[in-house]
Amino acid sequence: MRRWLFAALPLVLLAALLAVIVWSGPADAVRGENYPPVERLTFQRVTLEPGAIVVNLMNDGPDEVTIAQVQVDDAFWTYDADEGTALQHLGRTTLRIPYPWVEGEAHVVRVLTSTGTPFEHEIPVAVETPRANARFFGVFTLIGVYVGVLPVVIGLLWFPFLTQLSARGMDFLLALTIGLLAFLFVDGAHDGFEASAMLPESFQGAVLFALAAAGAFLLLEGIGAWLQARRREVAGANQGWVLSVLIAVGIGLHNFGEGLAIGSAFALGEVALGTLLIVGFTLHNTTEGLAIVAPLARERQRVPAVDLLKLGAIGGVPTIAGAWLGGFVYSPVWSVLFLAIGVGAIAQVIGQIARQMGRDSSPVRAMAAGPVLAGLFAGFAVMYVTGMLVG
Amino acid sequence: MLKLSRRSWLQATGLSSLAGSLAAGARLRGQDAAAAHHPPHGSHVMGTVGRVSPDGFNPTAFLRDWNFSRVAPDARHKLYRETPRPDGTLLREYEIYAADREIEIAPGMFFPAWTYNGQVPGPTIRATEGDRVKVTFRNLGTHPHSIHFHGWHPPAMDGALPGQEVQPGGSFVYEFDADPFGLHLYHCHTVPLKRHIHKGLYGAFLIDPRPSTAPGAGAGRPPADEFVMIMNAFDTNFDAENEVYAVNTVANAYMHDPIRVTVGRPVRIYLINVTEFDLINSFHLHGMFFDVFRTGTSLTTSERTDTLMLCQGERAILETTFRYPGDFMFHAHQSEFAELGWMGLFRAEGGTT
Repeated sequence: MRRWLFAALPLVLLAALLAVIVWSGPADAVRGENYPPVERLTFQRVTLEPGAIVVNLMNDGPDEVTIAQVQVDDAFWTYDADEGTALQHLGRTTLRIPYPWVEGEAHVVRVLTSTGTPFEHEIPVAVETPRANARFFGVFTLIGVYVGVLPVVIGLLWFPFLTQLSARGMDFLLALTIGLLAFLFVDGAHDGFEASAMLPESFQGAVLFALAAAGAFLLLEGIGAWLQARRREVAGANQGWVLSVLIAVGIGLHNFGEGLAIGSAFALGEVALGTLLIVGFTLHNTTEGLAIVAPLARERQRVPAVDLLKLGAIGGVPTIAGAWLGGFVYSPVWSVLFLAIGVGAIAQVIGQIARQMGRDSSPVRAMAAGPVLAGLFAGFAVMYVTGMLVG
Repeated sequence: MLKLSRRSWLQATGLSSLAGSLAAGARLRGQDAAAAHHPPHGSHVMGTVGRVSPDGFNPTAFLRDWNFSRVAPDARHKLYRETPRPDGTLLREYEIYAADREIEIAPGMFFPAWTYNGQVPGPTIRATEGDRVKVTFRNLGTHPHSIHFHGWHPPAMDGALPGQEVQPGGSFVYEFDADPFGLHLYHCHTVPLKRHIHKGLYGAFLIDPRPSTAPGAGAGRPPADEFVMIMNAFDTNFDAENEVYAVNTVANAYMHDPIRVTVGRPVRIYLINVTEFDLINSFHLHGMFFDVFRTGTSLTTSERTDTLMLCQGERAILETTFRYPGDFMFHAHQSEFAELGWMGLFRAEGGTT
């Protein structure tokens, strides 16, 4: 009883302190009465409909914000706000602006508050925002298949060739895989931090990203350990299969984030996704198939075609789901979360492969071997060069 | 690879032909998106939303308001007094004060202005050539201010020279003869000048020709329906670029509340440009032409046009007569200014088509 009392006492005092602060308002004493409010508006989502721009806004500043007027491309424009124009902290609203936007051209939406503070959003390329109908569902599925599923499956077809490689060749291959994954790690982290910068400040994007990445890493460590324990019981040591599944999962999560990026790029009107761009993603992702089967090839076991397909599906299909989600219900929070999960998963997989390579000696010594260093570099370079096609 | 910006992509590849590649891709899949993007344009409504509060500044009243003519007589006497002088001219005394005040420049949008007598533009001062103008200026604001009148005056009355600014709580009396006749302006000349002007410290200073002294005509300007129009703009986020443009402060005011005029009756517009940050402003009238009297210092027109360009601080008197009833749009011919609030309507009534 006494113990709980001691646990509760600081909490009670803290509550009292907060009450005093709110009541006395020391910040107001500093700011003065006529200090202008701290206004902050974040564009959550901008969608383009025929003849209209629809913007979803959030007030992520400390003070209330009242939207007064809207300017599109330096012209006052009328709008409807069914959910009102006075936004409390973290309040949202949707403005519907009947503006004759021009397909393929750029537009700037500027929202002016009651104090005349402007908040701007640029639409670099105006394209009608996909709506969740059968046609766009089909288009997104097709894009997902092109950039996610098929390239990964094609990459898997290297498997029979890989099993013929020498031990040195195999080291090179695994190192190549690490190189590929390391690239995706850096790339994903960069994108994640970039996306987190677009979040409302209240969401603390960078911390959210790190938290989700660490969570994914630890979760996959747990799953990996569990899978290995189970495999050992059933069929003896089969490290290769477990590692391949883990890599497929990691790459699948990464591709989910990639699909999300592609879908949301449509949704945000930020991209004209040309054929060349799709070709770039396709080439880029073929190398991911290689990464998935490399550990299996090292085991030199026969793997049924069905199992290969399963791995391909784990690695590739999430792209489609990502494209759907990104295209239809995009929000920057999803982007940050999934990019983070992808990064955490890839970090975990890199650790797994490194441990497997170092089975016979210390990982550090294993990494220092010539073929390994060459593989690492080659993996990174391959991704870098194919990445140039999409960046 | 997340940041799929088309611009960077085009810059990187130099392939501008890819600009419409998404549209091309979409069409490959059998869509005809183009048709959907062009609904009737009548459904698109340019302009501000809502109306400004009727309790604040009234742009329509300001058009025909000079020497506090809209103020009730007893209150007006405190702000403006006329005293005849032996030579037939008048001593005109004005009470002008500077005060900080939040003004509504577009519906729901408030600007922390510095004002003369609580309004932007300040009250129109109108005298006749040769009158004595005496302005008692009190600074009730939080910064030093002054009044600098355009027109003939000795340096001591300039209000712009070092040391001539009036400190908060202080006052100064500006006194000079109204000369020459024409359309002038007054504004604060305290530094930083841009800020003191764009925050709202300006107004019209109009000197009518004295009938006997005007060469030739002898009768001054003929009677007309007269309007004071001050082209101004507001930089609401203080980045040295204007967010809102208007004539007489309130964006789109005369679109919602057209200026009523009568067919066949001469119209005279006293047009002043006090826009800051943009080098020039302009006035364009639809369906009509007008005679221009630059700076109003001559009774002979210099030009007949439908579009007039004025530099910062420049002004002109425009004269015309409406031939047809109906709505006549007027706006800056800088389309950007027009669409950012500087656009209005005359509504001509009476007469025949």
